[in-house]
Amino acid sequence: MRKVFRLSRFNIASLALGLAFLYLPILILVIYSFNASRLVTVWGGWSLRWYHEFFNDRAMIEAAWMSLRVAVSSASIATLLGTLAAVALSRGERFRGRTLFSGMLYAPLVMPEVITGLSLLLLFVALNAERGFWTVTIAHTTLTMCFVAVVVQSRLGSLDRSLEEAAMDLGCDPVRAFVAVTLPLIAPAIVAGWMLAFTLSLDDLVIASFTTGPGSATLPIRIYSEVRLGVKPEINAICTLVIALIAVVIVIASLASKLSSAQGESAAPL
Amino acid sequence: MSARRIFARPARFSAIAPYVWMVLFFLVPFAFVLKISLSQTAIAQPPYEPVFDLTAGWDALKTALAALSIDNFRLLISDDLYVFAYVRSLTVAVTATALLLLIGYPVAYGMARLPKNWQAVAMVLVIVPFWTSFLIRIYAWINILQHDGLLNQILLTLHLVGQPVVWLSTDTAMYIGIVYSYLPFMILPLYATLAKMEPALEEAAGDLGAPPWQVFWLVTFPLSLPGVGAGVLLCFIPIVGEFVIPDLLAGSNSLMIGQTLWLEFFTNKDWPVASAAAIVLLAVLLVPLLLYERLQKRQLEQGR
Repeated sequence: MRKVFRLSRFNIASLALGLAFLYLPILILVIYSFNASRLVTVWGGWSLRWYHEFFNDRAMIEAAWMSLRVAVSSASIATLLGTLAAVALSRGERFRGRTLFSGMLYAPLVMPEVITGLSLLLLFVALNAERGFWTVTIAHTTLTMCFVAVVVQSRLGSLDRSLEEAAMDLGCDPVRAFVAVTLPLIAPAIVAGWMLAFTLSLDDLVIASFTTGPGSATLPIRIYSEVRLGVKPEINAICTLVIALIAVVIVIASLASKLSSAQGESAAPL
Repeated sequence: MSARRIFARPARFSAIAPYVWMVLFFLVPFAFVLKISLSQTAIAQPPYEPVFDLTAGWDALKTALAALSIDNFRLLISDDLYVFAYVRSLTVAVTATALLLLIGYPVAYGMARLPKNWQAVAMVLVIVPFWTSFLIRIYAWINILQHDGLLNQILLTLHLVGQPVVWLSTDTAMYIGIVYSYLPFMILPLYATLAKMEPALEEAAGDLGAPPWQVFWLVTFPLSLPGVGAGVLLCFIPIVGEFVIPDLLAGSNSLMIGQTLWLEFFTNKDWPVASAAAIVLLAVLLVPLLLYERLQKRQLEQGR
């Protein structure tokens, strides 16, 4: 009875085409990064030549190091602030300025990056701050904490609140109840939020271009200036390495969220 | 109930740190954009004539207020370059969003029809490219679309074209790049509403004799409108201000507003005009932004 409208051939075709469209370009890029030939279009056999070239490119390595440091620090601060924001929004009931607060948290999710970048730069210039590692970190924290807040908030919304209340009926004060009951339950979402913030920071070109100073380019800024000059096989190798790094991050994040949903189900009937 | 209220008090206090952060680094910066958009361009470091100096007292403030100029905004309206850029940004965003809806809807629909355990796999497959670097995905397309790239090689081998087609630096390339980058943002909200839909509704319409296209048009599509709204806003707003994709894939003869802003700022070093352009861009996006915020809030807080 329920399966009258099953997968039609059209459904399958559109799914297959959609996924092929999403994955083929990345696959092609990865394959070409192992191409021995300097010409991107001629296949010269498998080789690690361009990876070797990358590891000998001091400026690129420095940019990659800068990007990693920014991503780790901004993701960590963003996770702390974003989690606090999510707790306030989903457990704080009504408070003064709540509308403005949620507005400020949701707007950056879609705000064009040129606006965010420009406005932060003008602030840093007005404050006479020296531009470099810290200004980029602050800018990325501002953007990514909003994503963390959304991820953690949706997890908090699906949690059974009677668990916290039971802990308090049994004599916990609110902070204790939060640390002992709520925090372990939302921990996987917090981990996933950190991962998301990390990859977003690693990826960002526009905001970093505005807020960084001379001599401290991030990896996307370097890649961008190379790409503008045309395709270079070395860029294929760097991109493949970034994809590999992000793949590791995704695996960890999806394991964390699997853990999260398993716990959520076992917690629900309690 | 009372435990809930007691829990809420410390929860509210946790808003303080993120609140202060967002006011300082999100709200206050807009005041600076507004201020600088009203000041005169100067060849200096930083390259603008400061208009306020709060330490100078009330009289100074009054003269400063008198010196405020809307010249930058007047320039934006009178110079064709900017007017065209805004019109082009909106046209590109509308066209690209329509394309995304046309391509994303069948994919999301197919996902929602999959067996439950396959749905989770399909969702991960759609999300993964979103995690992969944006710049890298655009670069992947340059590899494919360049003069002696893969696409032209395939077309030449199949004898579909006599000579290589120019793909790069065209609007076609730009639309491919935009659709490619934003597709997950369109598919996910569509899938979320389509998966929640009661299949009995479609079956009932079918049992009552409606042909499949009518079932889709009269039942499925109207019920999926919240997802359509979310997907459209999630794509439209950032595309209007898009910089990287048109810069790398489209030709340089007609610019989008994100590009003119970038150009004014980095190449011409005209910060006041760039700020004014940002203010106008923000004004254009205000209504869709507010709509998006309401949607997001309803979605995240309906469980309360």
